[in-house]
Amino acid sequence: MNAEVRSIRTAAETALSEIFASAFAGLPGDSAVAERRRTAFDAFKAAGLPSRRVEDWKYTDLRALMRDAKPIAGAPDGVMIAAARGALAPYAAIDATRVTFVNGRFVEELSDLATAEGVSVTLLKDALVNGAGVEALSDGVSPAGNVAVALNAAFVADGVVVSVAPGVTASRPIHVANVQAGSEHAAYGRVVARVGEGGNVLLIESHIGDAGAHQTNSVIMLDVADGARAELVKIQDESLDTLHLATLAVRLGAKAELKTFALAAGARAARQQIYVSFTGDGSTAEIRGAGFAGASRHLDTTLVVDHDAVGCSSREHFKTALDGEARSVFQGKIVVKPGAQKTDGKMMAQALLLSEGAEADAKPELEIFADDVVCGHGATVGALDDELLFYLKSRGIPQKEAEALMVQAFVGEVIETIEHEGLREVVTDRALAWLTART
Amino acid sequence: MPAVQETVARVREIDVDQYKYGFVTDIESDRAEKGLSEDTVRFISAKKGEPEWMLEWRLDAYRRWRTMVEPNWARVDYPPIAYDELYYYSAPKSTPGPKTLDEVDPELLRTYEKLGIPLREQEILAGVEQRRVAVDAVFDSVSVATTFKKELAQAGVIFCPISEAIREHPELVKKYLGSVVPTSDNFFATLNSAVFSDGSFVYVPKGVRCPMELSTYFRINEQNTGQFERTLIIADEGSFVSYLEGCTAPMRDENQLHAAVVELVAHDDAEIKYSTVQNWYPGDAEGKGGIYNFVTKRGDCRGKNSKISWTQVETGSAITWKYPSCILRGDGSRGEFYSIAISNGRQQVDSGTKMIHLGKNTTSKIISKGISAGRSQNTYRGLVSAHRKATNARNFTNCDSLLIGDECGAHTVPYLEAKTSTAVFEHEATTSKISDDQKFYCLQRGLSEEEAVALIVNGFVKDVLQQLPMEFAVEAQKLISISLEGSVG
Amino acid sequence: MLSIKNLHASIEDKPILRGLDLEVKPGEVHAIMGPNGSGKSTLSYVLAGKDDYEVTEGSATLDGQDLFALAADERAAAGLFLAFQYPLEIPGVATMTFLKAAVNAQRRARGEGDLPTPQFMKLVREKADGLGISTDMLKRGLNVGFSGGEKKRNEILQMALLEPKLCVLDETDSGLDIDALKVVSEGVNALRAQNRAFVVITHYQRLLDHITPDVVHVMAKGRIVRTGGPELAHELEARGYADYVGEAAA
Repeated sequence: MNAEVRSIRTAAETALSEIFASAFAGLPGDSAVAERRRTAFDAFKAAGLPSRRVEDWKYTDLRALMRDAKPIAGAPDGVMIAAARGALAPYAAIDATRVTFVNGRFVEELSDLATAEGVSVTLLKDALVNGAGVEALSDGVSPAGNVAVALNAAFVADGVVVSVAPGVTASRPIHVANVQAGSEHAAYGRVVARVGEGGNVLLIESHIGDAGAHQTNSVIMLDVADGARAELVKIQDESLDTLHLATLAVRLGAKAELKTFALAAGARAARQQIYVSFTGDGSTAEIRGAGFAGASRHLDTTLVVDHDAVGCSSREHFKTALDGEARSVFQGKIVVKPGAQKTDGKMMAQALLLSEGAEADAKPELEIFADDVVCGHGATVGALDDELLFYLKSRGIPQKEAEALMVQAFVGEVIETIEHEGLREVVTDRALAWLTART
Repeated sequence: MPAVQETVARVREIDVDQYKYGFVTDIESDRAEKGLSEDTVRFISAKKGEPEWMLEWRLDAYRRWRTMVEPNWARVDYPPIAYDELYYYSAPKSTPGPKTLDEVDPELLRTYEKLGIPLREQEILAGVEQRRVAVDAVFDSVSVATTFKKELAQAGVIFCPISEAIREHPELVKKYLGSVVPTSDNFFATLNSAVFSDGSFVYVPKGVRCPMELSTYFRINEQNTGQFERTLIIADEGSFVSYLEGCTAPMRDENQLHAAVVELVAHDDAEIKYSTVQNWYPGDAEGKGGIYNFVTKRGDCRGKNSKISWTQVETGSAITWKYPSCILRGDGSRGEFYSIAISNGRQQVDSGTKMIHLGKNTTSKIISKGISAGRSQNTYRGLVSAHRKATNARNFTNCDSLLIGDECGAHTVPYLEAKTSTAVFEHEATTSKISDDQKFYCLQRGLSEEEAVALIVNGFVKDVLQQLPMEFAVEAQKLISISLEGSVG
Repeated sequence: MLSIKNLHASIEDKPILRGLDLEVKPGEVHAIMGPNGSGKSTLSYVLAGKDDYEVTEGSATLDGQDLFALAADERAAAGLFLAFQYPLEIPGVATMTFLKAAVNAQRRARGEGDLPTPQFMKLVREKADGLGISTDMLKRGLNVGFSGGEKKRNEILQMALLEPKLCVLDETDSGLDIDALKVVSEGVNALRAQNRAFVVITHYQRLLDHITPDVVHVMAKGRIVRTGGPELAHELEARGYADYVGEAAA
C-alpha cells in the first residue's frame, strides 16, 4: 500500500468517520471485537479511500467512485420484506438451508435454518459476543490494509457462521441471500465458513438489489481443511446504482479442493476481490467468473492466488461482456512462493467488447520464486468475430440475436462449470435476461 | 560448439568473476569535477563547444531534474545512488576530436579489438559476406571514431557523434531532440538531458535505404563515472535503417551508472530496426559492482505505415531498467519488440515495452523471453494500450520465462488497456523450467549439463535471435549461433 | 564388454531392480524381454545414468570402466548409447544443430577436435539418406512435430553418427508400423559390428524377427530369470509371461 500522507479528506471519508463514531457503541461485539473494529477503522483512516495512484486500485479509483457514504440501513419494514420475498423467487426451486438478510438485517421469515447432522449454521452477531468474534473478523488471507476488508470488519453487524464437521458432506447447499430494499443505505455482510477435514459443502451467496443507490460490502472467509472440498457460487445482482465491494478470502489445507464461480450482473460499480491461499500440499482450486455490464457500469475482478505449498494446482478463468460505455477490470496474480515446487497454475481473462465505447483493462501477473513449476496466463480483448456474425446473419438471424447467441456461447463456457443444476439455470437465466434487455 | 559454451557462460558463469570484457584500459582522461551542478552542465556544454540554445536546453533539464524523485515502482532493489559523488564527464585525454582512425589513441583501438569490435573497416569485411557495418564507438562519454562516414554521406545518410550533429546540423537536432522523450519525461531521462556528453546521431533522408548497418559500441572505462549517451535516429519518408548497439564495461567494485536516452522518429513509410546486445558488467556473484542500467528508449512511428522494431539481448548489468517503446501515432504503423533477458548471480532485470496505439489500423507484436538463474530476479513489465481513436488496433504478446535453479524469480507484469471495441489484444505468458527429461536426453548423447542447458536455452530464445541482423551475430561473436542451421539444405 | 553384477536400483526408495546379472560380449546382440513393470526400462535408465534412479547395490562396467562412477554425458562419451522409447522434443533447436552438438561433444571428450562443418554435413546426409530422413526434417526442431516413426529413425541416425560401443534400445518397436519397423531394423542391422554390442529391450517378439539376437533373456521382478537362444523369444510369444511373473515372485 502506498500510504500517502494526506490531510484533506474527501466528503465520503469524513462521512464514514462520522458514521463510525455514532454507530460504534451500538455495533454488536464484546470488548475485544470493539478493539478489532477500532483497529480496522484506524487502518482505513490512515490509508483513506484509494485512488488510482495506489497500484492495487489503478483501474478502479474508489475515491472517485465513492463520492459519499450512505447511512447504515435501519430494520426493514413489511413492505421491504415483501419485496425481498419477491426478489428471492428465482431461488425458490433450490432446496437449501437459507439465511436471508434484508438491508443487512436477518429476516427469520425468509430463512430456513434447518441443517443436517454435522452442519451448523448460526448468526454472526451471536459469535461476536461469545468470544469468537475477533477471529471471525480477521481472515488472515486478504492483504493487510485492504480498505474494503477493513471497512467490513469495522462496520459489520451480522452475517453467517457455517461449520461443517470433519467427514461430513452437507446434504443441502447453504444459501446466504442479501437483499437491499429502500432508497439508499449501506449494508455489510460476512460469511465465516469452515469445512472440517474431509468435509464437503456448497455455499451460495446472492446479492439482490432494488432500484436504490446502496453501498454494499460483503466478506466471505472460507477455511477448507485437509482433504475437504468447498464449492461457492456467488451471484451479484445488485441495483444498477449500487456500489458493491466484495471479498472472498480462502485458506486451503492439504489435499483440499475449492471451486468457485462468481457472476457479476449488477451494480453501478462492483469490485470482487478473491484471495486464495494454498497452505497445504496437493490441493486444487478452480476459480471462475462471468460478468456483463452496459451503460457506464464498472466491473472489477481482483484476484491473488498464493501458492505457498507443494504440488498445488489452480485454474482461473474470467469472462466479461461489455456494452455501452461499460468498463471491465481484471487484475489477477499467481504467486508461487519459494519452495512451492510442482505448482501448476493457469489463468485466463477474456473481455468481449460489444460497443464502440466499452473498455477493458487487464493486468494478469505471474510472480514466481520456485523453479519446478508450470504457470501461464493469457488475456484477450476483442469484439465479436465478424465472420461468425455474418455467417449467423446470412442464415436469417438478426444482428442482435446473433450477437446474443455468440455472447451466450462466450460466457456459457464458464457458466457450464457450475455443478448444481438449479443454480446453473439461475445464472443462465440471468445472462439471458441481460442479453434480451440489450436487444 | 563454441557458441553454446558462450551461452553457457552467459547463463551460468556470469556470476563467477569471469566477465571476459572486464579489463580496464589505461588511458589518461579528462574529467569534470565530481558531482552535479549547473557548473557541471556548463562545463560539459563548453567542452563540446555547444551553441547557447543547447546549453539552455540542458540547464532547463537540470533544473527540472533537481525537483524530481527517483522512480521506485520497478521490481529492483539497490542502495541510494549518490548523484553528487559521480563524475558526469570523462573523455580520453588524447582526443579533442580525432580526424581519422590513425589519430585515435592506439591503446583505445586495442581496447576495441579486445572487445571484438571491428573498428577498422577491413576487419569488418573479414567473415561477413560483402556486407559492411559502419561503427561509431563511444568510450566513456565521448565518441572516438566513426567509420564509413564518407560512403554514408554519398547516400545522404548522416551518421556522426551527436555532439558533432549539434554543431553541424542544428536544424535537425533542434527539431527532433526531445521530441520523443521530452526533457521532463522521467528522472533518468531528465538527468541524461542535462549531462549527456555524446552518442550517435543518424538521419536517413527521404527514400534512402541506408546502404549498410549502422553500429555504435559503448564502453564505460573510468571509475565512478556515469555514462549518459544520447542517441537520436530519424528516418525520413520511405527510408530504412538498421542500427546496432553493443555495450561493455570493465569490472569495478563500485556500481557505475548508465542512464541513456534513445529517440527514434519514423516518418511516413519509413522503417527503423534497432538492435541491442547489452553486456555491461553485471557485478560479481555476491552482487558487488556492476552497471546500473537505467535507460529510456522510445520510438515514435510518426508517419503513416511507419515501422519501428526493437530487438534486445540483455545479458549484463547489475540492474536493468529499460522499456523500449513504440508510440504508434501514424495510421497503419507497426511496432515490434523482441527481447531476450538473461539474469544470473544477483542481477535484477525489470524490462519490457510499451505499445501505445494512437493511430488507426496500428499493429504491435511483443515476444519476450526471460531466463532467470542464480539468485537473480527477472521481471517482464509491459503496457499495451489502444486509445479511443485507435480503431482496429492489434496486439499479440507472448512472454515466456524459464527458470534455472530454485533461488531465482521470474515475474510477469503486463498491462492491457483497450479503450476501443475494435481493438484485438492477445496476450499469453508461460513460466517453466528446463525439463529434466530434455536435459537427460542431451546428456545421453554426450553433451555436458551446461551444453545441454545452453542448447535448450538457445532453442527457447530462437524466435528472438532470428530477429537480429546477420552482422550482429558475427559481431556479438559466440553469443548466437545460427550458422549451422543456415547451412542445411 | 558390458558386465552387470548383482544390480539393485530403486526410484524414490521403491526397489525396481533386485539383483540383476548380465554379461554382453563385443559383437553380440542380447534381447531382454519381460512383462510390463519387470524393470526393463529402469535398467536402460540406470545404465544411462538418469537422475532419480538410485543404485543401491551391485556394479556395471563397460570395457572395465565403472559406469556408475561416470555422469550421464561421460557414459555417452564412453560409448554407451540409449535409444529412447519416447525421444524428447526440444523446440527451437534444429535437429542438425543437436546432432552436431552431440557429435562434437563426444569428440572433444575423446580428445579429438570438432568435426569441420562441411565434413559433418556430408556425414549426416549419408547416414540420413539410408534412414529416409529428409533435409527438411533435419532443419526442424528436434523431434518437434515428428511422427512416431520419424522419432525412432532419428534415434537410429544418432546412433549411426555417434558410433557407440554399446547400444541399448528401449522398446524401439513401440508405436511403429511394419514399414517403419523395417527401416529402423535395417538401420540397426547395418550398425552390427565385431566391436559393437546391442541390448534390445522389448515386450514383443516381432522386433526380433528383424534384429536377430544371439541371446534372449527373460526379465521379471527386476532380475534375469531365464536365458536362452532366439528360440526363447518364440516360446514367449506363444506362451506369454504368466509363468515368469509367478516364478520371480516365488
